[in-house]
Amino acid sequence: MAAISREEVAHLARLSRLAVTDEELDRFAGQLDVILQSVARIGDVAADDIPPTSHSVPLTNVYRDDVVQPCLQQDDVLAGAPDAAEGRFRVPRILDEEE
Amino acid sequence: MSTTVLPSYEDATARYEPVIGLETHVELGTNTKMFCGCPTEFGAEPNTQVCPVCLALPGALPVANRAGIEATIRIGLALNCDIAEWCRMARKNYFYPDMPKNFQTSQYDEPLCTDGYVDVEIDGETVRIGIERVHLEEDTGKTLHVGGATGRIHGATESLVDYNRAGIPLVEIVTKPVPGIGAKAPEVAKAYVTELRDIIRSLGVSDVRMEQGSLRCDVNTSLNLPGEEWGTRTETKNVNSLRSVERAVRSEIIRQASVLDAGGRITQETRHFQEDTGDTRPGRSKETATDYRYFPEPDLVPIAPDRAWVAELKASLPERPSVKRARLREEWGISALDMQSVANAGAVELIEQTIAAGASPAGARKWWMGELARRANETGVELAEVGATPAQVAQLQALVDEGKLNDKLARTVLEGVVAGEGDPAQVMAARGLGVVSDTGALQAAVDEAIAANPDIAAKIRDGKVAAAGALVGAVMKTTRGQADAKTVRDLILARLS
Repeated sequence: MAAISREEVAHLARLSRLAVTDEELDRFAGQLDVILQSVARIGDVAADDIPPTSHSVPLTNVYRDDVVQPCLQQDDVLAGAPDAAEGRFRVPRILDEEE
Repeated sequence: MSTTVLPSYEDATARYEPVIGLETHVELGTNTKMFCGCPTEFGAEPNTQVCPVCLALPGALPVANRAGIEATIRIGLALNCDIAEWCRMARKNYFYPDMPKNFQTSQYDEPLCTDGYVDVEIDGETVRIGIERVHLEEDTGKTLHVGGATGRIHGATESLVDYNRAGIPLVEIVTKPVPGIGAKAPEVAKAYVTELRDIIRSLGVSDVRMEQGSLRCDVNTSLNLPGEEWGTRTETKNVNSLRSVERAVRSEIIRQASVLDAGGRITQETRHFQEDTGDTRPGRSKETATDYRYFPEPDLVPIAPDRAWVAELKASLPERPSVKRARLREEWGISALDMQSVANAGAVELIEQTIAAGASPAGARKWWMGELARRANETGVELAEVGATPAQVAQLQALVDEGKLNDKLARTVLEGVVAGEGDPAQVMAARGLGVVSDTGALQAAVDEAIAANPDIAAKIRDGKVAAAGALVGAVMKTTRGQADAKTVRDLILARLS
């Protein structure tokens, strides 16, 4: 059985705001399935004595002091923006995601 | 849609039982953002307080601000929560330009603080509000919708985004559902947010100003028939003042009752409180349920607060505001209702400091709750920012106590203080204000008043002492208010006895 369905890929594409054609859905579903199946093989070697982990290093409590560091210049900040106005990033209107 | 007749609030709460829940966001007052060293100062030029981390440029690595963690733990402790021994930040993924990362760093199933409570007092009765969780996250950028005729999101053609606010630490405090409070639900909601604000303010971790957005509140409301299961809840946003918290719950109870009365069903939805009308309107309904695909933030290591540190933070918590209020109420000798007004006006600390500067409790309270509260109200500023300091108010009251100022002159002097003309003594000197203490001059004014009003003088001679008021008024007029009314009265009575 496939690790990811075509519907799930369509759902992910929608969440990512990617316009994916039917043809692409089929292709990506197949490719993602191969990736997921490969990653799933980790489960084969992880015995009960190996707890799931989200971090590869056993570190906790890495903090910085509450001290101000230099920021970027506004020009530099906006240099990478597709468009800018009034010192702000200019983006197309967003309605569907409001709230 | 046909017009529905709304039931009265009393009618609605007589038949339905409300359950409320509150989600509150508090912007912390740290010097820097939660995961980078950018300053958090309000009002800077757009996109001047950003760096590769809060802009999510490739390769940037966030590091948690110790002060943000500490403030969150202190809030949790003040709300009687358990502090997690180990927890993680999580990515809340969504597609909206208010975060350049396309996710918000938040906490999901491992909040830093859980299972606490806050007690509030309603009509002398204690209501315990359970706290489900207190978690840490980051604020989003500010989006300005432009191009539309109204400047509102509907009709806007584009959005301009400023990321100065993106990444400022935000603490979310979620209550457990609060049932069994009946018609008091709106009052309980307001009392809870007030208490929460006072507690957080006492910790000094945020300025918790609702009108400036450093304290934001969403209110969940549902109704059910007695003995039945809880109803479907709605979430009301855009509730920007303590008064609005109360109004939002109240209007939502009335609205839901009318829907249920008509045989309708409550839709689980987000609604927006309307400040002008006091009712709630539906937000945009979503076709698909939100799917935030939370997962542990791999760029930040887990948080495992040292138990000794937590114990230390707990031991150093300030006196709880409600306990402090009870103590001060006793010391000041005022009623519970008066103390409530003092607290609501944000005057507790100001009066306390004024007393510390030498004023009597009554004297301190008189100015802060009278002239200054009125002025703050008129100009729409917090009492603490009205322009007078506790030391100045104490000095003013001392001048009154010494007989150098009467009440009327003191009010004029206070006006000068608020206007930035200096301390009371300086205002007095600069404006030439002060009680006439030259008895000779006063006596002359008294004699003049008696001569000008023979009828009144005769009445007083006949024993009608109350008539003296008219002569006092005449003297005050000739001395332009710069006389002590009691001295004048004594002089008049001595002359006519």
